[in-house]
Amino acid sequence: MPGKSFIHRIDARAKIFLLLMLLVFIFVCRNFVSLAAISLFSLIIILMTKIGFIKYLKSLKYILAIIIFTGILNLFYGSGDVLWQWQFLKITSGGVNNAIFITIRISVMMMVSSVLTYTTSPTDLTDGLEWLMKPLKLLGVKVHDIAMVMTIAIRFIPVLLGETDKIMNAQKSRGADLESGNVFRRVKALVPVLIPLIVSSFKRAGDLAVAMECRCYNGGNGRTRMKIMRFTFTDVIALIISVLIFGTVIYFNIVYPAVI
Amino acid sequence: MSAIKAENVKFTYGNGTSFEKTALDSVSFEINEGEFVGIIGHTGSGKSTLVQLLNGLLKPTEGSIYLNGRDIWEKPKKIREIRFKVGLVFQYPEYQLFEETVYKDIAFGPKNMGLSDEEIDKRVRSAAEFTGIDEKLLENSPFELSGGEKRRAAIAGVIAMDPDVLILDEPTAGLDPLGRDALLCRIEEYHKIRNNTVLLVSHSMEDIARTADRILVMSHGKRLMFDTAKIVFSNHEELEKAGLRVPQITKIMQLLVKEGIDVDPTVLTVEQGFNEIMAAYRRRNG
Repeated sequence: MPGKSFIHRIDARAKIFLLLMLLVFIFVCRNFVSLAAISLFSLIIILMTKIGFIKYLKSLKYILAIIIFTGILNLFYGSGDVLWQWQFLKITSGGVNNAIFITIRISVMMMVSSVLTYTTSPTDLTDGLEWLMKPLKLLGVKVHDIAMVMTIAIRFIPVLLGETDKIMNAQKSRGADLESGNVFRRVKALVPVLIPLIVSSFKRAGDLAVAMECRCYNGGNGRTRMKIMRFTFTDVIALIISVLIFGTVIYFNIVYPAVI
Repeated sequence: MSAIKAENVKFTYGNGTSFEKTALDSVSFEINEGEFVGIIGHTGSGKSTLVQLLNGLLKPTEGSIYLNGRDIWEKPKKIREIRFKVGLVFQYPEYQLFEETVYKDIAFGPKNMGLSDEEIDKRVRSAAEFTGIDEKLLENSPFELSGGEKRRAAIAGVIAMDPDVLILDEPTAGLDPLGRDALLCRIEEYHKIRNNTVLLVSHSMEDIARTADRILVMSHGKRLMFDTAKIVFSNHEELEKAGLRVPQITKIMQLLVKEGIDVDPTVLTVEQGFNEIMAAYRRRNG
């Protein structure tokens, strides 16, 4: 999602790195004080993106099942005072603590990950990843190629969706029944959509390869960039603030007793 | 009786979301049985939305569409039958080919209609003949055909359903001039022999002027004009406002009239134009 907030402007590399660290530190938290500190920090980041908070809540719905499942499961583990018991099942105060802790932890994690995808364009994201993966080159991994494949894949998702829609309409116009019947019939009914889609994807891939070669693309060696990534003052500030917050979390972890 | 009638049709994409966009607004028209209607309009004027509404791929947000006097959305479960009656050929229809042989691909529509094998065979062969596909090509894979042949095979796939109304969305786009003329001739011939209703969407004013009885001009999701070719193309100022133009020969004739030469400014084809100019030339030289 486009925007001009402070978070949007942070260099993609710094953002990926800091958010990864943030995820690690959410896991490092051992007690409610440090969890509160990091949740507050995450909330501030989310509000700073100036994208409606509801958007972030909506991102939770994809993992809602996981959150509920782990939450309930954790209720029955742990020790402490028994609050409720039925045969071998018992809920303890420790279990309630665990459940609340885990639920907050997963929710915050998910929302923080959304910050990255909401405020960084796919191109910036892959560029950033390419830079961060550079060390892997020493191991013989073709980092540039991987990044290029990712960029192209992301770029063509909307194109393919549009084309699927067009082909489905064309086959529906010829009376193809894509909406009714059992699973087997439906899968079979998709053949008239999938074959043209695959054929045109191959054709498009060929065209794209030729077009890239016509512009003398031959891999990443010696290739310059149109958009040069720069570490700016913004990134330095972001780094310093993050380090301070992470330090605080470690401090709280040591000072207050662990509950999990 | 009217073959197709649209009454105050409105269509909004993404209704109720923040991306709401009205593609058609209170469009009404009536197309008679056996009529050849051309639909023109600038990109984004709502032509493609309109044709998808006519065969029930999209449902109007407001208003209704009548086929042979009955609302097509009267029984939403029977919408497939409407699609057999209103055959729609999409832009670049060659992308819909998928079967192993051309024959099987043309038979896809009739098969979905649940016809008998003999009837299907009859229809496939007659559709292939109408679109000028050689009998020998029927057993080839559709992916081995040339661009123009693929296009014709895909059109045959719709014609084989023997629809009451045939709608073609830019059938000549991307074809070479010869292929274009040949295809248009086939469509005209099909219209003459079957005597059914044909709607042709096109960017080429020349194609439309040559074939259509009446022309529906769309602009910004609204019906701008709906009249005979002569009347529509004599209104060139309004057409230009809608981002369209008159056929080149009509433009020449209009310019000649401006210069004070006595010719008919509503001429639509090069042939008529040639005759008009020669007649004016003879009149002048006695």
